[in-house]
Amino acid sequence: MEHTGPISVEKPFDIYRTLYRIVNYGGLIAIILWGFAGIEYKGIMQTARGTVEALLRGFVRPDVAYLTTMTIDGLPYAVLETIAIAVAGTFTSGILAIPFALLASQNIVGPHVSKVGKFIVTAIRSFPELILALIFISIVGPGAPAGVLALGIHSIGMLGKLFSESIESMDMGVKEALESCGASPFEVLFRAVIPQVSPELISYTLYRFEINMRAAATLGLVGAGGIGAPLIFAIRTRVWPRAAIIVIVLVVTVTVIDAVSGRIRKRLV
Amino acid sequence: MEQIVVPKKHNLRRNLTILLVAALIIGSARFAGFSIVGTLSGILRGGRLLGRMFLSPAWSYAPRVVDPLVETIRMSVVGTFIGALVAFPVAVLAAENFIRKPLISRPLRFILNIFRTIPAMVLASLFVAVFGTGAFSGVLALAIFTFGLISKLTFESIEAIDYGQVEALMSLGANQINVLRYAIVPQILPQFLSYTLYGFEVNVRAAAVLGYVGAGGIGQVFEQNLSFRRFDRVGVIIILTFFVVLAIDFVSSAIRRRLV
Repeated sequence: MEHTGPISVEKPFDIYRTLYRIVNYGGLIAIILWGFAGIEYKGIMQTARGTVEALLRGFVRPDVAYLTTMTIDGLPYAVLETIAIAVAGTFTSGILAIPFALLASQNIVGPHVSKVGKFIVTAIRSFPELILALIFISIVGPGAPAGVLALGIHSIGMLGKLFSESIESMDMGVKEALESCGASPFEVLFRAVIPQVSPELISYTLYRFEINMRAAATLGLVGAGGIGAPLIFAIRTRVWPRAAIIVIVLVVTVTVIDAVSGRIRKRLV
Repeated sequence: MEQIVVPKKHNLRRNLTILLVAALIIGSARFAGFSIVGTLSGILRGGRLLGRMFLSPAWSYAPRVVDPLVETIRMSVVGTFIGALVAFPVAVLAAENFIRKPLISRPLRFILNIFRTIPAMVLASLFVAVFGTGAFSGVLALAIFTFGLISKLTFESIEAIDYGQVEALMSLGANQINVLRYAIVPQILPQFLSYTLYGFEVNVRAAAVLGYVGAGGIGQVFEQNLSFRRFDRVGVIIILTFFVVLAIDFVSSAIRRRLV
């Protein structure tokens, strides 16, 4: 059979379907238009063009000397500090998340308590880490410890949720076997629960570490230590070659850590 | 009663790994000036500050929070829309199973990876320096961030489609546009919309803090009150933002569940 022209599929006309679509797409378009209507566009600043050119020149010729400054003001120190904040913050939350995860797991504490635990974990997760960082900065002062505290508390939210999911899907036979032998709750925890879920727990913690690396870079923008602090300073003072080298090093560091951590995770689970 | 002893394998590699990880963690903690005592006292003192924020929030301030909150949502809507709009064609080009031109897809993937590693806050601070403070810089930062996120998820979905439909159309002599229209788009559209909604959820959270570097939205009001140490007002801002984010998450994930 010869068939030229466009392919067409006949569809019966359905009034409800059509109405449903009109409401859906119309609503979507209305929301988008509403959004655009509220964004004040002040026109691009007169200086924008010059700034973009200076910025691009900075990326073409970044401040390489800053990369080899081995003092406390140099870039290597800032990178190390960022990694240290991410490691210490992730580790703190990894430990703290275990009790929260147990509290949120239905097969450990029963359906009623686990609902409370799940709510606590969700509440922690919805509290932005940047705001936590600002709160801790006003307590312990600016610097890396505020960043560690912020990441350590905020990450409990995600890790607690993921941990409790893997605890809920574990094989209960081992736990019951130990209980029938008269093991205490602590023995059950350390001999049955933790050994079974630990590969997954470590994998999730590493995943969170990857996220926390990006977060640690951001936290410096508000004064919580790490690579963000020299970056925001370079941007505010418009030293573009320096801002460029910091962004480049940030991208490289995050990419390398993602690759290494991803490889370890693949071997774990 | 006899105790059950499980003999353990003592293997060198495992012990070395544990030692290495422990050294990394302890080293990091010391480097970041972090201590257990400091953490505990930090958490306790943080609790007191939280009390000042949440036990007696200045509710009379709430009406003045509404406008910036609405602006935050608008920024996320526009940022997500622009990001998703650009992400779709780029994802089609970056997928390796359809266009089959490594000269296009490889460099595209490389650029996408770079976009995804730059945090939205860093993008926002750069745009504020270039375009000045305000929602416009925030929207640009969100759009680029969403673009990186959605295009990666979408090209992975395109690579995972049922390729039989594509082959069926090709065997009928359909051109690439028709293949895209009738075999690829129908298969990935629900996932793409779901990713877009997910991007929107992430963006609302991001937009809420972007203002801290001057990129518009609720974060700007937050920053002003925090620098004046008006913790009672900060409490109101946090509570209202929290409920808006929660409500948007709830609606958006309900839609997402119906989509996929």
